[in-house]
Amino acid sequence: MMEEDFKDDLEEKSEDKFSITTENLSVYFNEKPAIKDINLKVRNKSVTAIIGPSGCGKSTYLRSLNMMHELTPSATVYGSIKINNIDIEEFGVINLRKKVGMVFQKPNPFPTLSIYENVTSGLIYTGNYKKSRLDDIVEKCLTASGLWKEVKDRLKVSAMTLSGGQQQRLCIARTIAVNPDIILMDEPTSALDPISTTNIEELVYNLKKEYTIIIVTHNMQQAARVSDHTAFFYLGRLVEYSKTRTIFTNPKEKLTEEYVTGKFG
Amino acid sequence: MTTKDIFITDKNLKYRKLKSNMVLIFCVFASILTVLPLLYIFFYTTASGFTHLSLDFLIQMPKPVGETGGGMANAIVGTLILIGLASVIGIPVGILSGIYVAEYSGGIFSNIVKFVTDVLSGTPSIIIGIFAYTVIVLTTGSFSALSGGFALGIIMIPTVTRITEEMLKLVPQSIREASLALGISRWRTTLNIVLKTALPGITTGILLAIARIAGETAPLLFTSFGNQFFSLSLDEPIASLPIQIYNYAKSPYTDWHQQAWAGAMVLVLLVFIINLIVRFFTKNKFSSDV
Ligand SMILES: Nc1ncnc2c1ncn2[C@@H]1O[C@H](COP(=O)(O)OP(=O)(O)OP(=O)(O)O)[C@@H](O)[C@H]1O
Ligand SMILES: [Mg+2]
Repeated sequence: MMEEDFKDDLEEKSEDKFSITTENLSVYFNEKPAIKDINLKVRNKSVTAIIGPSGCGKSTYLRSLNMMHELTPSATVYGSIKINNIDIEEFGVINLRKKVGMVFQKPNPFPTLSIYENVTSGLIYTGNYKKSRLDDIVEKCLTASGLWKEVKDRLKVSAMTLSGGQQQRLCIARTIAVNPDIILMDEPTSALDPISTTNIEELVYNLKKEYTIIIVTHNMQQAARVSDHTAFFYLGRLVEYSKTRTIFTNPKEKLTEEYVTGKFG
Repeated sequence: MTTKDIFITDKNLKYRKLKSNMVLIFCVFASILTVLPLLYIFFYTTASGFTHLSLDFLIQMPKPVGETGGGMANAIVGTLILIGLASVIGIPVGILSGIYVAEYSGGIFSNIVKFVTDVLSGTPSIIIGIFAYTVIVLTTGSFSALSGGFALGIIMIPTVTRITEEMLKLVPQSIREASLALGISRWRTTLNIVLKTALPGITTGILLAIARIAGETAPLLFTSFGNQFFSLSLDEPIASLPIQIYNYAKSPYTDWHQQAWAGAMVLVLLVFIINLIVRFFTKNKFSSDV
């Protein structure tokens, strides 16, 4: 039976749809490779976890998907990245980032904006919005991120008055307000307490109905709980990529097994 | 060995306490040295100027020698005009170059801008006055408010540039990334997110720059020159408080000396009021969070 599971993973069924395809993706910082030749296909409307020890290139991989490396002059990116089968170069960086949203490790709401303005910021400052629709969008996104009930009476107050977990959910609301297809999350719960973490995990689980999600995490239980597929990175390489169940119960590589059972990392 | 042995012995502790107290005494002494002249100036100006300060002083023109009374209305308005002109030149140029240096740093040109800013901030204001004289007064053929505002504006630039740069650099990179990741363009990110976050600090810097130029005297000698009469036109010489104070203070008449004191007090108050007004209008809704 396990054999079969494993087979499932390798074979791409014809009905599989891929949101993100990276081929031979390598990123160098100052000529030094951070990730090398990553070939990964991320399935549409699913949660894919990226795990691996610190410094193995998880963030580097994630940040190449929305061209964040553009900000780092020392970074060079090789290989191809396709979003919905279109090369990201064709989108242009602005359109790409509207399609591929990102949630960061530390909650980073805009400190000078209110809760309401934080949610709408991505629409307002990109200039494509109808004023009459904003109230609806704010309610919809805050509801989707599970924050609406807590903040609906104080939408006009500073986002900084929220707790860390609430801020992170606000950041998620802000991200989905621009209506992306894909959401990248780089250790979104590592700065949060256990209850907030559970909230975010439930949120991730719910969001996959509409979005394709990649989540980087150091927490094995979290990866097991929320993800459908898991990719294990080690020293800048993709060691194993499979169904989450397979990675945690019957990994192909010895390295993966050692990592998920906590023998190193 | 008892646990006590690993701690500092009594003798050692006494010595360290003594050293710590010495440093503290020096710090307090230095702080007093800083504050005393300031308090002295403030109280002396107020005490000397207050007796002569009246509504007349604010709204009347200077009276000829021998007649008592009269005011500095022309100089007060002149100084306001000069500050306005200087701000129109100095604030946008300063902020924009500050943005350039902070957000687009790394290139040769941004290093040049930084270097020039440093040199400019160390340039004596009288030299900038001479520069404005050569560029504007000589070419237009007359002293003018415009040339004075120009000189003061140039003096403002390095302060505003520097403070903008420093304040922008204090804005966490994560805020920029959050904005860019939403598909917000680079310039919108800088303008609507980063600059807005840094605004309270930049405002303080601008106020410092204004306070500094409000009292500048030397560069005005060659540019706005001074004017006995009330003038609002930018292409004519214009009166200003510092020049008026200077002229009155060096005169032999006691009455004028009193007027100079009142003028000095008005100058201090003016800077104070501008400070309050600007703070009121640029007050960030959530500035306490930054
Ligand atoms: N801006 C940068 N400049 C130079 N090297 C970098 C830069 N960013 C990342 N690196 C290097 O790239 C490698 C991968 O880093 P990355 O941040 O992707 O690791 P990670 O897997 O996300 O680690 P963590 O779990 O600690 O977040 C590291 O060796 C790191 O030092
Ligand atoms: Mg990381």
